[in-house]
Amino acid sequence: MTTLFAILFYLATALFVAGLAYKILDFARTPAPLSIPTTPAPTTRGGVVFRMCREVVFFESLFKGNLWIWTFAALFHFGLALVAVRHLRYFTEPVWSWVAFAQPFGMYAGFAIVAGLGGLWARRFLVERIRYISTVSDHLMLALLVLIGLSGLAMKFLTHTDIVGVKAFFLGLMRFDIQPLPDDPLLGVHLLLVATLMIVFPFSKLLHAPGVFFSPSRNQADNPREARHLAPWAAALEKH
Amino acid sequence: MAAPDAKAKVEAPAFREFATVPAIQPDATENIRSYVASDKIQEAIGFPGKLAEDWRETHDKAIGRMGELLERYRSLKVYLDACVHCGACTDKCHYFIGTNDPKNMPVARQDLMRSVYRRYFTPAGKWFPSLVGARDLTREVLDEWFTYYWQCSECRRCSVFCPYGIDTAEITMAGREILDSVGYGQKYSNEIIGKVHKIGNNLGLPGPALEDTLNGLEEDVKEDTDVDVKYPLDVQGAEVLLVTPSADFFAEPHIESLIGYGKVFHAAGISWTLSTKASEAGNFGMFIGNYDQLRKIALRVREAALELGVKRIVVGECGHAWRVAYAFWNTLTGIGAGANDPFAVELQKQLDPHYKQPSHICEVTWDLIQAGRLKFDKEANDGRIITFHDSCNVARASRMGDYPGGQFDIPRNIIKAVANNYFEMAPDTTREKTFCCGGGGGLLTDELLDIRVKGALPRMEALKRVVDDHGVNFMATICAICKAQFTKVLPYYGFKMGLVGGVHQLVSTAIHLGNEQ
Repeated sequence: MTTLFAILFYLATALFVAGLAYKILDFARTPAPLSIPTTPAPTTRGGVVFRMCREVVFFESLFKGNLWIWTFAALFHFGLALVAVRHLRYFTEPVWSWVAFAQPFGMYAGFAIVAGLGGLWARRFLVERIRYISTVSDHLMLALLVLIGLSGLAMKFLTHTDIVGVKAFFLGLMRFDIQPLPDDPLLGVHLLLVATLMIVFPFSKLLHAPGVFFSPSRNQADNPREARHLAPWAAALEKH
Repeated sequence: MAAPDAKAKVEAPAFREFATVPAIQPDATENIRSYVASDKIQEAIGFPGKLAEDWRETHDKAIGRMGELLERYRSLKVYLDACVHCGACTDKCHYFIGTNDPKNMPVARQDLMRSVYRRYFTPAGKWFPSLVGARDLTREVLDEWFTYYWQCSECRRCSVFCPYGIDTAEITMAGREILDSVGYGQKYSNEIIGKVHKIGNNLGLPGPALEDTLNGLEEDVKEDTDVDVKYPLDVQGAEVLLVTPSADFFAEPHIESLIGYGKVFHAAGISWTLSTKASEAGNFGMFIGNYDQLRKIALRVREAALELGVKRIVVGECGHAWRVAYAFWNTLTGIGAGANDPFAVELQKQLDPHYKQPSHICEVTWDLIQAGRLKFDKEANDGRIITFHDSCNVARASRMGDYPGGQFDIPRNIIKAVANNYFEMAPDTTREKTFCCGGGGGLLTDELLDIRVKGALPRMEALKRVVDDHGVNFMATICAICKAQFTKVLPYYGFKMGLVGGVHQLVSTAIHLGNEQ
């Protein structure tokens, strides 16, 4: 069992990192030949960074667009961020002090994750327009995330797993020194689903995470009269 | 295909008491289709005349073109990958609001292409097509693209609300470009592009006719005002080259704004000229998403500017033209600043760096007002109770002045400087949240009248409120397409067609032409 999970996590990490790196490089090397920020847009680089921060941290556009989706999305993503921070303790020794500080909040953030996902999922059934656009993979993705959340919460609030053993396993993985994984079916399910999520990430709509940083309508400064934007393939047209 | 008597069944939807989102009505607009371009129209601008006999050939060509576009445009690649189907855009499109057809929801319109992208360009779609909503490109899919990519006005309203800034206009443009590349073009846009290349403007108005029109205009203005306001054409060494949509030369109410531009230059004592070669600010190359056409049409303005030796380039009231001029001209033609390559520098060293290149006519007028160089008799506009319709390409794809949002303030500032009665429409329908007039993006053609009328619904509702509450009788706008579309569509909603007009029409009414300068 331990060996299987060790292999699985090496594989998942490799696919996650390589897949994501490939997509990010692909986004980055594809030219944006025309200036197309959605205006009003910041006129400077600094302004663009500020706009992007508001977009990534507060989901500014979504807030303008739909308060229900924003609320559920915020619950889910902020919850996820806190839970992710909390999980750093399984990968660091000694545990960083700010991670330790976030610990008590992270414990309950798991509920925010599941509540947010529940809201988003309910909309896929209850709102006709969103039902119309939902695909099987949209539902499966939500199912995957909900199950990760529920199995994690169960280990915290129902049946405790041997977290010292879990930590030893992951620290071991990081040092290529495989340690035994505690024998707990719930833990097994949780880890299996997380590995699945990592593998699916670069091939799915989860690409919205890196994608937002490369969105020309959000990451371009509004300065076309002052600076000449020219993609290499467009510049080549001027040669003849 | 489309019913010949299309006009008989065109009906405006009822005003909604509350702006609730409509229940979806699948395929409600599947029969509203643009006319397909003839092989003559297609070949005149270098596209294949018609679809290949063999479907396989068309299929491979379309997928091949899609692959090329994915390499050329980061927007397309990122937007096809990033959507999570959250649904924030689903109730933002005026065509969906007016028609209830779910394929007019921005995300669904994108998915028409995203489904094909997934099938051919992503592992998930290659291996598990039904799981991720991927599908083969078939003749039916191509027809669906033609129908629904020509029911999008590329207004970018959806991109304002998308958490990733996904702009359906970019997808629509790519869709149209692929359709053109396999010989499946839209008659209206491609015919117009042919005219621009052949004659110099979208309306096919040849040089001598243009000269006649402008002479007639000078006589009319002389009769009205007793002042010799000039409307010069092809004047070598003029300071300003004015590039304006060709509708300004003869259509109502457009021509009233052209009269206004002339009066502004006259009153400020600025020498200016129009150009036969660049007698069109509009650029339908953008509508069809074809970079070569976009560039070729824009280059006429560069050539005219170089030949006439002008110092400034000013653009008249036209929404998409201002987007192309403001955001794309520097890239396409070097009209702008900040370049260090010989192609652009050749022109940029000729242009006066004290002015923004290009400038919008509203920027010119507002600068002159602020400098105290124009005087107005505001009472002349007292018969008008005015509101302002933000045109989508100005609002969401360009700027005026020195700060973000100047494109909203400057036209309003001008209106308030020349008239006394001004009222805003509801804030969720103005500025960057403005609703399209319903006729933009290459949809201003008679066979699409039904969708144009229905797409105007949200704007008409907002207008109705200020008409009822404040007695508004003049909706000012700075777009030739908005003006033409509203003129046609207003009567369907019980308004007079004369309710729409230009900002410089108001300027024209109030401006002093005497010796005040």
